[in-house]
Amino acid sequence: MTIERRRAVADLLAERGDLRLVTGLGSPVYDAFAVGDHDLNFYNWGAMGSAAMIGLGLALAQPDKPVLVITGDGEMLMGIGAFATIAQHRPANLSIVVLDNGQYAETGMQPTATAFGVDLAGVAAACGLRDVVTLRSNDEVAALRARIAARNGTVVAVLKIAPGDQPHTIPLRDGVEIANRFVRRAAA
Amino acid sequence: MNQHTALAPGDAGQSIRPWQRDIHACFTAAGITHVPFVPDAGHKGLIKLCEADPAITTTVLTTEEEGVALATGLWLGGRRSVMLMQSSGVGNCINLFSLLENCHVPFVTLVTMRGEFAEFNPWQIPMGKRTGAALALMDFDVYRAEDAGSVADTVSGAIDHAFFSRRAVAVLLAQRLIGRKDWSK
Repeated sequence: MTIERRRAVADLLAERGDLRLVTGLGSPVYDAFAVGDHDLNFYNWGAMGSAAMIGLGLALAQPDKPVLVITGDGEMLMGIGAFATIAQHRPANLSIVVLDNGQYAETGMQPTATAFGVDLAGVAAACGLRDVVTLRSNDEVAALRARIAARNGTVVAVLKIAPGDQPHTIPLRDGVEIANRFVRRAAA
Repeated sequence: MNQHTALAPGDAGQSIRPWQRDIHACFTAAGITHVPFVPDAGHKGLIKLCEADPAITTTVLTTEEEGVALATGLWLGGRRSVMLMQSSGVGNCINLFSLLENCHVPFVTLVTMRGEFAEFNPWQIPMGKRTGAALALMDFDVYRAEDAGSVADTVSGAIDHAFFSRRAVAVLLAQRLIGRKDWSK
């Protein structure tokens, strides 16, 4: 059983309130925008491997606001050391959702290391992150959303999603505009 | 974990240089509340001061790239940081610097130099020789402090430049300033 990624992202962002979202590059950018544009969406179009650490910075800067990182397995693998760094702080308001299809969808469906057996949830747990799950059904996503909103500790959720690409729904690409509107809204 | 260990006066006197105290004072004056670092012997005293300061959160990174992303997230959320690293770390960051350029993220890093003066370890030289050029290539404004007396002004100017004008700024702390490494120990 696998998860349908667009449905999962839509469920995670439903009634988001003041949630701050950081996406990893590639498909998570399109997934988030497919749900709807938002000033508090930080569309990270590049800087591969940086999404979780941007989320850590935001979570530490604004400890009373929920911060959600949605990224792919390839992006998370490139910045896998972030699990070790985040575990130093374990912000209660930070959640990292990895959409794991074992593929680099953006570049032609080449297998990632998770396709060869790397267990990203296991890596996160071994780094000292305690609230770690791997999900395989869309039915489990509503409960995950509730845990994210609760802000009871850093959550890492690996969602085993169906392989394949999705329509490319393209949001803003101007980094200054993405950052400026985010900063304005996040400071409000 | 963000542990604040009190410094014994004797310890502080022996291992913290006056210019490192000056940098710490710059951080306080400029409202720097987070200092991520990959450790370097040249930053040892400053790291101690930051860890002992309850107004500063420190983060030890697994790679300098993480510090670029962390600084971006902190700034998006309204906080100021300064990253500490060694010249070799600049090479690790190159693509991550695109984040700063694309989003005009104000960013400050203090880089202790290796490979430029009385260097014992030749493996430090390739990156050390190209540190300033690599930063400039990635659109940084690059400052350099050669002597202890100029460190405070250079660092406070770098912080102002970054946060007033939304620039990425690096301060290179000369290997001569840090002093020769004693390889007999």
